[in-house]
Amino acid sequence: MSARLAVDVCIIGGGIAGCASAVALRKAGLTAAVLDRGLCGAGASGVNFGGVRQQGRNLHELPLARRSRRIWDSLAAILEQDVEFDVSGHIKLARSEADLAELETYARNARDYGLDLQMLGANRVRSEIPWLGDKVIGASLSPEDGQANPRVVGPAFARLARRLGAEIHEHRRVTAARRTETGFEVEAGDLTVASAWLVNTAGVFGGTVAGWFGEHAPVEALMPNMLVTEPLPYFVSRSIGVCGGDVYLRQTGRGNVIFGGGRGWGDAEIARSRPLADESLGGMSRTLDLVPALTNAQVIRTWTGIDGQTPDRIPVIGHSSTTPQLVHAFGFSGHGFQLGPVMGEIIAELVTQGRTPTPIAPFSIERFAAGGVASSVEAHTHTEH
Amino acid sequence: MSDPVIAIVGAGPAGLRAAETLALAGLRPVLFDEAERPGGQIYRQPPPGAERPGAAIYGLEAGKAQAVHAILPTLGERIDHRAGTLVWNVFEGRLDTLRAGAFAHQPFDRLILATGAMDRVIPFPGWTTPGVFTLGGAQIALKAQGVSIGRRVAFVGAGPLLPLVAHQYAKAGAEVVAVLDVTPFGAKLRSAAGMLAQPSTLAKGLYYVARNALGRARRASGVRAIRVEGEGRVAALAWTDHKGAEHRVACDAVGASFGLRSESQLADLAGCTFAFDALTRQWAPVRAPDGRSSREDVFLAGDGAGIGGADVAELQGRRVALTVLQDVGRPVDVAEVARLDSALARQAQFRAALEGAYPYPEHLVAAVADDEILCRCEGVTAGALRDVVRHKGAAEVNRVKAFTRIGMGRCQGRVCGHAAAELVALERGCPVEDAGRLRGQPPVKPIPVLGGFS
Ligand SMILES: Cc1cc2nc3c(=O)[nH]c(=O)nc-3n(C[C@H](O)[C@H](O)[C@H](O)COP(=O)(O)OP(=O)(O)OC[C@H]3O[C@@H](n4cnc5c(N)ncnc54)[C@H](O)[C@@H]3O)c2cc1C
Ligand SMILES: Cc1cc2nc3c(=O)[nH]c(=O)nc-3n(C[C@H](O)[C@H](O)[C@H](O)COP(=O)(O)OP(=O)(O)OC[C@H]3O[C@@H](n4cnc5c(N)ncnc54)[C@H](O)[C@@H]3O)c2cc1C
Repeated sequence: MSARLAVDVCIIGGGIAGCASAVALRKAGLTAAVLDRGLCGAGASGVNFGGVRQQGRNLHELPLARRSRRIWDSLAAILEQDVEFDVSGHIKLARSEADLAELETYARNARDYGLDLQMLGANRVRSEIPWLGDKVIGASLSPEDGQANPRVVGPAFARLARRLGAEIHEHRRVTAARRTETGFEVEAGDLTVASAWLVNTAGVFGGTVAGWFGEHAPVEALMPNMLVTEPLPYFVSRSIGVCGGDVYLRQTGRGNVIFGGGRGWGDAEIARSRPLADESLGGMSRTLDLVPALTNAQVIRTWTGIDGQTPDRIPVIGHSSTTPQLVHAFGFSGHGFQLGPVMGEIIAELVTQGRTPTPIAPFSIERFAAGGVASSVEAHTHTEH
Repeated sequence: MSDPVIAIVGAGPAGLRAAETLALAGLRPVLFDEAERPGGQIYRQPPPGAERPGAAIYGLEAGKAQAVHAILPTLGERIDHRAGTLVWNVFEGRLDTLRAGAFAHQPFDRLILATGAMDRVIPFPGWTTPGVFTLGGAQIALKAQGVSIGRRVAFVGAGPLLPLVAHQYAKAGAEVVAVLDVTPFGAKLRSAAGMLAQPSTLAKGLYYVARNALGRARRASGVRAIRVEGEGRVAALAWTDHKGAEHRVACDAVGASFGLRSESQLADLAGCTFAFDALTRQWAPVRAPDGRSSREDVFLAGDGAGIGGADVAELQGRRVALTVLQDVGRPVDVAEVARLDSALARQAQFRAALEGAYPYPEHLVAAVADDEILCRCEGVTAGALRDVVRHKGAAEVNRVKAFTRIGMGRCQGRVCGHAAAELVALERGCPVEDAGRLRGQPPVKPIPVLGGFS
């Protein structure tokens, strides 16, 4: 049986960005429907590392990240769900003089965006984190960064959206969307949605949706490979990363130490992903270099998930360049969990006011139109998530 | 061209017979088992130095045990036996292994999974009290270590292991104080005809009941509710009989479990298609009669892909090896194929009757109280599960896991996953297959954080 639905805004993709959008749009008084091929918040949004981190981001992202960070403080109250947000601070370690110089430059630049980072000397790092291996010569601390439980955040946004009256349609894969005279028509199996606005928050699938409207946005599948130990006595008091991003770890309230290790395998078309053994073992080695205390801790699970990654590692956010009333927010390139809460507000602003006070020009989809992004941007690569 | 690499996981009756068949055909299979000595569950061997006579350990099955144990010594170097080696992952033609604190991997052309089964657990009041074991655990203590789980032992369960383990304990000299079957006796009578058609290992449990070998043990069928009493240590087992009367027996150990569940995580990681088996009420990798899975390079034998018992495991081990031989272009004895196929068909009939004799005790699941621990690795209660089903729209077990941590601990849901699905189904009022199954992730068992890999 086929069904038809008419709403003000149709949202493709019920990750944290899409579900937060549905919440903000309902609060603005518009009707909204979310279509997800699986369960809302079960994609990248539900399986990520859980880092709520501003430090180390591309500077263009800092205004967004700053604004999102303010929402994180009250997120549990907004969602009526404990999201296990822990302001543990995020510490980024330097293992060479070049690393230190990088951290210092970044800290100076970040100050312009109101992000206050503290440089710690070798002794300070050692007294604060005595169990670190001897390779660390300094660090930068972002006291207001932290961590949260990704498994509950996306679904809680979806539940709130539903409570506010949004239509949430799960297990509906969108196979086509087109511009009509009055707006859009979106096909998801036996459901057709007619809407005045279309929001593309389809994650790794976002580039394909953009393509339906003649826009070019290269999005690759990104699969960070993750490991988690059994619960251990509490010792990792801060969320930890390194220059270069190839080691990162945190400890949950329950005691599990979660750490990253390379890249997994994934096939975005069938939404399947797998951690890779060699990557996991490599991640173990690199992490042990920094945290010898983890030797022989038992790893109980490894996993990965699929995020969408752009060539310049920053998302596509903003109005379509070809199609009126189409708005994009995808390709968060491995660090969109922290940004998720603010994406709803920004998309609602773009829909209801046509603009947002937060600077988003660097994220315009047009940057890909001229046939590619200057590779200088790519120099700022930070593989931590 | 060099010989294809055939890897086998599991040196129980299924894996050993598969290895033997391949070796006799001139291939040199690589046989992995995390146990140091071959035999699997039923024919588990005591550790070196603790050997006892076969008849004392395996009872009526001593002859079969001996035959299975003789396979590796007889074939020697023709089978590459990797003892004490955990296979913790499989992906695209490669196994990842751990032996004595060292990681390694093994590429393969064909993989036979013969990973066996483990006890199926349902929580009941007091089930986490020290002194409560699964029936299989109780049997392992006896077979491997020659020790009893207690002095005065009560057994409760649903499945052929119940009378069997009780009998083995009585014979070993333990005081068995109660043998409680939570399924109705009538079901056994109705199934008896089907079972007589094919006597088999698992049926010997019923045989023992008939022989009345349990002395003064209290015995009951159709038990409605059970409860272990004792603070910090088992002190008694209390139960409600089929008429509603209360009973209690003092004891210091309890063996309790409710049928078997396939150890199918490796098949899951290998990417095999699963289907719900209504007979044994569980998801299992789809297996064709010749042992093929849904994947061309993966084959299945024994209890790891549907519960059939030890004799079936041996038959399937032989059968699957012939399929593999055919696939790699080796000559295959067609008469032997026909013989195995008809033996397996007879066993399947018997198997259906046996499952009928021990229907799944749904009443125990319905009785699980909200404050009962369901996932003991993570300390999550049944009430927490019901809450997210009722109030947070969690309709299947993976969502329940994401919200509550059920199945996220050391055992990765091997113990609680089954009961969790049953509880979700009851709460939703849907068939248990609609509650889904926990998706597997490597490692299938915990592995240590070790260095040395770049
Ligand atoms: C393993 C891992 C670790 C990470 N760690 C961190 C971290 O520590 N910190 C951080 O900030 N970020 C992290 N990230 C990144 C972060 O998770 C993502 O950037 C963020 O969740 C993206 O949100 P989203 O809503 O854009 O995408 P998603 O959560 O992927 O949502 C997109 C949704 O669209 C749906 N969809 C796709 N195609 C269709 C279609 N055709 N029809 C209908 N629905 C469709 C999908 O089912 C999915 O639910 C990590 C990512 C991964 C994978
Ligand atoms: C505890 C227990 C006791 C049982 N006792 C009896 C009994 O007394 N009588 C009876 O008829 N039936 C019994 N059964 C039923 C039993 O499943 C079958 O009788 C028979 O053992 C099945 O043979 P199999 O070869 O399929 O598997 P199994 O005999 O279980 O052998 C599987 C082997 O695979 C190995 N293995 C599994 N996964 C891995 C891995 N990832 N890496 C490395 N090795 C792995 C295991 O160590 C095991 O040795 C018992 C089952 C259990 C769980």
